[in-house]
Amino acid sequence: MSRASASWNSFKTAAWLGWQIESNWADPFLFAIYSFVKPLSSAGILVVMYALISGGNFSTPIFAYIYIGMAFYIYVGSIMTGVSWAIIDDREHYRTLKYIYVAPVRVPYYLLGRGIARFLIGSISVLITLIFGVLFFKLPIVLSAINWPLFLLVFVMGILLLAVMGVLLGGITLMMANHSFLVGDAVASALYLFSGAIFPLEVLPAWIRPLGYIMPITYWLELLRRSLVGSITQSFPTFASLSDAQLLGILSGLTILFGGAALFTFQWCERWAREHSRLDSTNNY
Amino acid sequence: MPMFPPITRRNTGWRLFLQTVIGRSYPRTIGQQREKSWIIFDVFLPLLSVASYVFVYRAIHAPEDYIGFVVIGGAMTAFWMNILWGMSSQLYWEKETGNLPLFIMAPGPLTGILLGMAVGGLVATTLRAGVIILLGSLLFQVSYVFSNLASLLAVFFLCMAALYGLGMMTSSLFLLLSREAYHLANLAQEPVYLISGFYFPIKSFPFWLAGVASVLPLTLGLDAMRQLSFSSGPSLGFLSVPLEIAILIGLTIVFLITAQWLLKYIEKKAIREGRLTESRR
Repeated sequence: MSRASASWNSFKTAAWLGWQIESNWADPFLFAIYSFVKPLSSAGILVVMYALISGGNFSTPIFAYIYIGMAFYIYVGSIMTGVSWAIIDDREHYRTLKYIYVAPVRVPYYLLGRGIARFLIGSISVLITLIFGVLFFKLPIVLSAINWPLFLLVFVMGILLLAVMGVLLGGITLMMANHSFLVGDAVASALYLFSGAIFPLEVLPAWIRPLGYIMPITYWLELLRRSLVGSITQSFPTFASLSDAQLLGILSGLTILFGGAALFTFQWCERWAREHSRLDSTNNY
Repeated sequence: MPMFPPITRRNTGWRLFLQTVIGRSYPRTIGQQREKSWIIFDVFLPLLSVASYVFVYRAIHAPEDYIGFVVIGGAMTAFWMNILWGMSSQLYWEKETGNLPLFIMAPGPLTGILLGMAVGGLVATTLRAGVIILLGSLLFQVSYVFSNLASLLAVFFLCMAALYGLGMMTSSLFLLLSREAYHLANLAQEPVYLISGFYFPIKSFPFWLAGVASVLPLTLGLDAMRQLSFSSGPSLGFLSVPLEIAILIGLTIVFLITAQWLLKYIEKKAIREGRLTESRR
């Protein structure tokens, strides 16, 4: 079997397996509720916070900024954390990681495949959250006004970026004994704060802002906002002086950098985990 | 193998109950002295969420008291997380890891084990929440105006008693669950943060919704604590503090009695249906 064929088979089988694990614990009705109650509740917290202070004026640029950032950030939790969570699931819960390693499976592609189910569930959540925002909170997204080429290009780039970051976290998870189940949440929470997902970066203290500037997710969210509601982004000075092409260039560069670092790190962590017998270590922590 | 002294005195009745409570709470209180990594994951992780919500309020120019509301709410999330993952799901995890039959076989009552889990979890989580409040208050310069410290302490302890009573109740329900336990606990996070008003005053909801949300002890507990800790608190309170205290007392009694009854009923049901040792991964 060629490497490409083995990679595709690993990806495809893992995607099917991931979907079964994520979806078949409940009947479709309960699963549907599960898929939209969580994201709508997260959105609800921010909406209530905003409505309380603004007196219910949802037509301001800051509301659109917060809401769109929050909606697309769902992908960060679901894909990045989801991909790395496959290691915990297979090692600690199902205890099958060692069998996966002895099977003709290419593990990084297997992990990416496991992220597909989380991507699908995340997509449903993002879509529902956005529709809810347009219908009830005057979110100014108009289908005919969306810059579709920019949106699709940036969207795909971001999803790939999140997937390889998930592989990176998966590598780190392989090395950890305790608290490995919190690594994804910890990184997602840090990115939520530093990437300015739900507030403009200029609100952060000046000494923290550089952290946001080196995170590709910051540029991903900014470009998504520009492609969906271009008019509002000029209200915030952080990236106002940069054109779409410049932002796209930065995002591409950081994506390649992070992607390369992720694959290298995963290989290094995997070797370390083999040497230290961590591939089948379970501690019920 | 270490040699343990023979048991010369067998405890029964309330002594056995107390011994069980202490025995089960011991690993939770002592464990955190031995495993210090919780400081990073259980304090700094919630602090990141707190900071995000603080900066949202700063971005929309909210009054400074709202920053304090977020810090208090963020600290209280530690208790809700402990209820979900350290209480409700606990018997399910014990079942998965094979400990549950050992608990049932041991002479100590299961209610004692649950109470021990609650006491241990409460002590450990109070420490975490305290550190979050301390660091959050220092970082974001929160100013408190304590109008009645005795009432504040009473509200906190009543809220915890009712909350851990609720945890003991749901814990027995989770005994019957399998793979769905994880998902259901996961599902009960954000919706509860929303309806209990972890990051904003519950008064902003319609009365009926705030009333329904008041079944969860943290809703009224948080509301009363904010009223007693901030200058604008009383004007943003849902109900008066004495009324909230009275409701919390009622919730505590109801939850603790129901938990005891439910645990006996479900333990019997689980034994009859052979669910104590099942492991459907």
